[in-house]
Amino acid sequence: MSDFSTTIREAGDVSIIELNGYLDAHTAPQLESAFSDLIDKKRFKIVANFEKLKYISSAGLGVFMAFIETIRSNNGDIKLTTMIPSVYNIFDLLGFPLLYEFFSTEKEAIDKFNQQ
Amino acid sequence: MQIKSTTENLSLVRDFIQETALNKGVHQAIIDKIILAVDEASTNIIKHAYHSKPDGDIIIQLEFTDDKCRIILIDFGEGFNPSQIPQPDMPKYFEQKKVGGLGLHLIRTLMDYVEYHTDKGGYNQLTIAKKIKNTAA
Repeated sequence: MSDFSTTIREAGDVSIIELNGYLDAHTAPQLESAFSDLIDKKRFKIVANFEKLKYISSAGLGVFMAFIETIRSNNGDIKLTTMIPSVYNIFDLLGFPLLYEFFSTEKEAIDKFNQQ
Repeated sequence: MQIKSTTENLSLVRDFIQETALNKGVHQAIIDKIILAVDEASTNIIKHAYHSKPDGDIIIQLEFTDDKCRIILIDFGEGFNPSQIPQPDMPKYFEQKKVGGLGLHLIRTLMDYVEYHTDKGGYNQLTIAKKIKNTAA
């Protein structure tokens, strides 16, 4: 069984979603429902903290693509932080740095929202 | 190894490759690429060959030579023609909000050799290979 979980925290109007474990085709629906919940609550400023994510496949990357337009059309964004190199490499391979902002710390991502 | 066509088994596939390749002395950075390619290939078989029905069989074989790791994935579901699946243009891909379809692109990017064959006898065979360097070298 793949081991994956998410934890949501709040910092003002920014929501932080912590990803933990292995994100693959089996566990991606859990992340989808976490994003759906945030959107239902009109929480559109989202920082995804990857510090504890050990693995991602294209099913996991697809979740970020699935929600980004809805979130940006509501003046929000998903900012990505604190990835281990092997996870960042997959995002890089598929061209995500052209369309998403990556930060080395969670704080930098939160600050970026607060400056806007 | 042989598994049933459910995404729950993807972690077993990854563990199998990790252990087998590590025992053969393959560098972890190469193992990571092979694991992702085989995960993507298995996911495609589950979703597209077996349409997410959990009772299909997937056979995964690993073969090592001095300089190469070859993985053969066999399924008995619906075949497809990989030449009809173009390389995605990522900026357009994002614009079109297309979700999925990235697996084959990743497999082609991560591996050195990819060949797909649909046999008239009713099975599909994907063969992928990666050049490896032994850590002992």
